[in-house]
Amino acid sequence: MSLINTGYLEPEELRELQKLPSEERYQKGPVAVIECVQEIPCNPCEAACRFGAIRIGDPITNLPQCSHEKCTGCGVCVSKCPGLAIFVVNKAYSETTATVSFPYEYMPVPEQDMAVTAVNRKGEPVCEAKVVKVLNPAAFDHTPVVTVEIPKEYADDVRSIRRLQEAD
Amino acid sequence: MLERDVVVVGAGPAGLAASIEAAKAGADVLLVDLNMKPGGQLFKQIHKFFGSSAHRSGTRGFEIGKMLLAEAEEAGVEIWLQSTVIGAFPGNLIAIEKGTDGGNKEVITMRAKKLIIATGASENVVRFKGWTTPGVMGAGAAQTMINVNHVKPGKKIVMVGSGNVGLIVSYQLMQAGCDVVALVEAAPKIGGYAVHAAKIRRAGVPIYTQHTVVEAVPGEDGTVCKVVIAKVDDHFQPIPGTEQEIEADTVTIGAGLKPATDMVKLEKCQLTFNGPFGGFIPLHNDRMETSRAGVYVAGDATGVEEANTALEEGRIAGISAVESLGLIGESEAEKKRIEIWGRLEALRMGPFGERRQIEKNNILAEYEEKIGTAVEME
Repeated sequence: MSLINTGYLEPEELRELQKLPSEERYQKGPVAVIECVQEIPCNPCEAACRFGAIRIGDPITNLPQCSHEKCTGCGVCVSKCPGLAIFVVNKAYSETTATVSFPYEYMPVPEQDMAVTAVNRKGEPVCEAKVVKVLNPAAFDHTPVVTVEIPKEYADDVRSIRRLQEAD
Repeated sequence: MLERDVVVVGAGPAGLAASIEAAKAGADVLLVDLNMKPGGQLFKQIHKFFGSSAHRSGTRGFEIGKMLLAEAEEAGVEIWLQSTVIGAFPGNLIAIEKGTDGGNKEVITMRAKKLIIATGASENVVRFKGWTTPGVMGAGAAQTMINVNHVKPGKKIVMVGSGNVGLIVSYQLMQAGCDVVALVEAAPKIGGYAVHAAKIRRAGVPIYTQHTVVEAVPGEDGTVCKVVIAKVDDHFQPIPGTEQEIEADTVTIGAGLKPATDMVKLEKCQLTFNGPFGGFIPLHNDRMETSRAGVYVAGDATGVEEANTALEEGRIAGISAVESLGLIGESEAEKKRIEIWGRLEALRMGPFGERRQIEKNNILAEYEEKIGTAVEME
């Protein structure tokens, strides 16, 4: 698995290891994409989902299974995953654009409407992006969930943004 | 002569959990720690923990530390900080040096009816040319600087080691505003959890597997100004001609931990060598009792794992200590131990955990074979 050699997943690998939403489901709106592929003892995502869409069960080393039909794309699991391995992708955001929501635990936290550089799983710049939403309620416990708008063709690649520099 | 039902050495997750269990059962518990604050490494852990949501996973380490301290206080655990056990004598006696140089330092002799050793682990070092140059430090030291003292160790960091410590501290260094310019790992693959590696890859940190640091080069001011790394062969030896220079002012070393066994040696507990657990560790049974009757161990001192397993082992040690004091019944203690061993088994599953489960079983078996019920009485 290239993930444990290099630290990132090739999209083909991810598809092999996790059940991803179908294109049909993607077209219906936001949906969770779980990129957790190692059997580690961890299950907060299961309790985080109030729609019962995420299932781990017993033993807790099971990989999370997401029912994409039950998932509403609310993004609560994104903030609860200790591994920061859950994203929400909305391929129906507009005719030409998609959104990707990801956890972002760096300072400063981006603000809505900010222009940022979207990066892929390797941290390489992919495209320019616009911040459309930043959720950071107390319940997220300092793991803000940032949503960026990007050209639709990059929806499967973009997973974060280039870190913003502190103004000092 | 001072006397306590239970003395616990080390106030990390294992020691705190042991103290809480013992005090809740009605024991007089003294918890001794050499640091200025209790909590061990928990207060440096600003990330959300893995584990079962039934047991506070998803909670940040320092928050777990706060909860444990509150529980310990509520249970009536007495805590002596800046205190070090410096001697052990027949008759369950220990000598505790309390206070610091320049302060009111005194040595107190204490009779501990039961002793629980939860002294944790210490960092391994990697030696290379320039390894004593200011700017080269343990990953744990860097983590203390950023998360406890709120001081950046430098601007541009080279991290050595891709275990969970190297990966997590790299992430936290970036959260503190530093740049991690390289992560160097001698093995052909990343050692820690892939999700931790994925986080720092997304942040653009280059990971050099099959590489090592060959030199930390000091600048005019005598501190690190650049770092030379090189590829390694299958025997982890640098390959000449593959060197490359990286501009950096700090090298942090996350090359694993080894159990801190000074205290178990002082108590003459029987040790065994276990590579996967980090070195020499005390033999113990499923009550966490060592070869010495009434001396228990828990946490990283019994083999390097993580906070969740340390907590659970601490609970077992605390329960077993108060059981042997007669404060709780045998059947209640056994019921609790079975539950906790079940949770430990769940934590030791999967590709990262199963090796530790096998080794733990080996240690329990070795104890049965060598010591069995013939624990050494005082």
